[in-house]
Amino acid sequence: MGTGFFTVVSLVYIAPIVIVLFNSFKSKIFINMEPFKLPGADTYVGLQNYANAITKYDFLKAVGWTLFITVFSVLAILICTSMFAWYITRVHTRFTKLAYILCVFSMVVPFQMVMFTLSLVTDRLGLNTPWGLVVIYLGFGAGLSVFMFCGFVKAIPIEIEEAALIDGCSPLQTFFSVVLPIMKPTYISVGILETMWIWNDFLLPYLTLNTNKYKTIAIVVQYMKGSYGRVDMGAIMAALIMAVIPVIVFYLSCQKYIIKGVAAGAVKG
Amino acid sequence: MEKAIRRYAPIFIIPTFAAFAIGFIVPFLMGLWLSLCDFTTVTDAKYVGFSNYVKALTDPVFRHAFWFTAAFAVVSLAVINVIAFAIAMALTRKLRGTNLFRTVFFMPNLIGGIVLGYIWQLIFNGILAHFNAALALSEKYGFWGLVILVAWQQIGYMMIIYIAGLQAIPGELNEAAAIDGASGWQKLWKVTLPMMMPAITICTFLSITNGFKLFDQNLSLTAGEPAQMSEMLALNIYNTFYSRVGWEGVGQAKAVIFFLLVVAIGLVQLKVTRSKEVQQ
Repeated sequence: MGTGFFTVVSLVYIAPIVIVLFNSFKSKIFINMEPFKLPGADTYVGLQNYANAITKYDFLKAVGWTLFITVFSVLAILICTSMFAWYITRVHTRFTKLAYILCVFSMVVPFQMVMFTLSLVTDRLGLNTPWGLVVIYLGFGAGLSVFMFCGFVKAIPIEIEEAALIDGCSPLQTFFSVVLPIMKPTYISVGILETMWIWNDFLLPYLTLNTNKYKTIAIVVQYMKGSYGRVDMGAIMAALIMAVIPVIVFYLSCQKYIIKGVAAGAVKG
Repeated sequence: MEKAIRRYAPIFIIPTFAAFAIGFIVPFLMGLWLSLCDFTTVTDAKYVGFSNYVKALTDPVFRHAFWFTAAFAVVSLAVINVIAFAIAMALTRKLRGTNLFRTVFFMPNLIGGIVLGYIWQLIFNGILAHFNAALALSEKYGFWGLVILVAWQQIGYMMIIYIAGLQAIPGELNEAAAIDGASGWQKLWKVTLPMMMPAITICTFLSITNGFKLFDQNLSLTAGEPAQMSEMLALNIYNTFYSRVGWEGVGQAKAVIFFLLVVAIGLVQLKVTRSKEVQQ
């Protein structure tokens, strides 16, 4: 199994995306009939599909909301859960032990268990906006992050923190000036795992957001596919490509960190 | 030191805990309670004992979804892990271009389930059309379509974990085995695999729980067609809640059963593989 073999496999591996790419330049009627044909003189429509996806379905707005929700949720999760994890690791009470167990427990619960009741709660509390969704993701995503942060906090020598406290730092200052810098790799690992999850998430935003006003990328793609009888395959192909591009750009620029983060997350599991 | 930190408890604890309560604890407990009720909203809930559970367990579509899901989880676990392991072994042999291949194989993992399902729907329907078939015509197409799709998505992820595991095996072990006259296969079974058990534990745990919980790809690739025969458990629960009126209680009961199932499977799987782990 040498380089040649893997080169062929790699090409086959990226083929699906390439196929969607050249279909996005074909007129919509020709896509379903002959998905494997390259765009020819009679089927090529340039960027028309992309224009349609953007104007008819407000695709760019969906990208904007997805970006907003992902960035702020990940920031909230990183800051709040790391502080929470540090506290429950350094302070030993029955409450902190219970908190840790609940966090680990929440990692095993499938979303279907809470999806209906969560949408009821979200509605009641008026959290069905992108801002509200940040709170929901903090709550639902806390389990995994707290678990991972606790693992890394345990590895920090407690003497460093004690020294800071003796020197007159408050616990807040100790956390931000001593603990946080040491845990930078953990922040990156957790941040990447959470970003990958939230950016692509469909069901949670679909059931909690007021989708008439706010759509994410996954929601708008599903919406485009679900418009009975008026499905525009051309626009959908363009949307799929536009959905994949930010992911690929993000991946190629942070590849090293992403792969390290995945390995780190699994090892701690 | 603890005393000093404890005075700051509110700042450290409250944001996360409040969100956790709203986003998880309360919905979870509500879900448990409502699974024993007949309801459409919380305020009109009527306690009905276990009748929802009975309806759930006797629902033929639910039972079919269970078998479909179980078969899918097992098959995809085997396909993904064998291939990922094999690729990991090949890529840790200092092949030219390893970094590039790693990049390519991992990339599908970053694409969302819904988008993934529609990409592959185009491809599968395009291929099947040459045989006058379509994904929506038989659940067998849906089953294998899902296996291929999820394999494409997950192999790279498991491969990364296996590569990390392989790189952590001390070289001397394999060298010593070779000196003792061990063949390639013997080295694999007696040295590599036992040392890789922690990684295998994690990967099989993730594969089997992901397989059971699959939703987005199911919804987009087949939406359960034909006639709910390619509906997996998660999609079935979703449809029980949202496409029929008056079945919310049953849906919630199904969700509790689903949760217990996933926990049980996870625990069993962990026990089996943990017992095979070599003490490092």
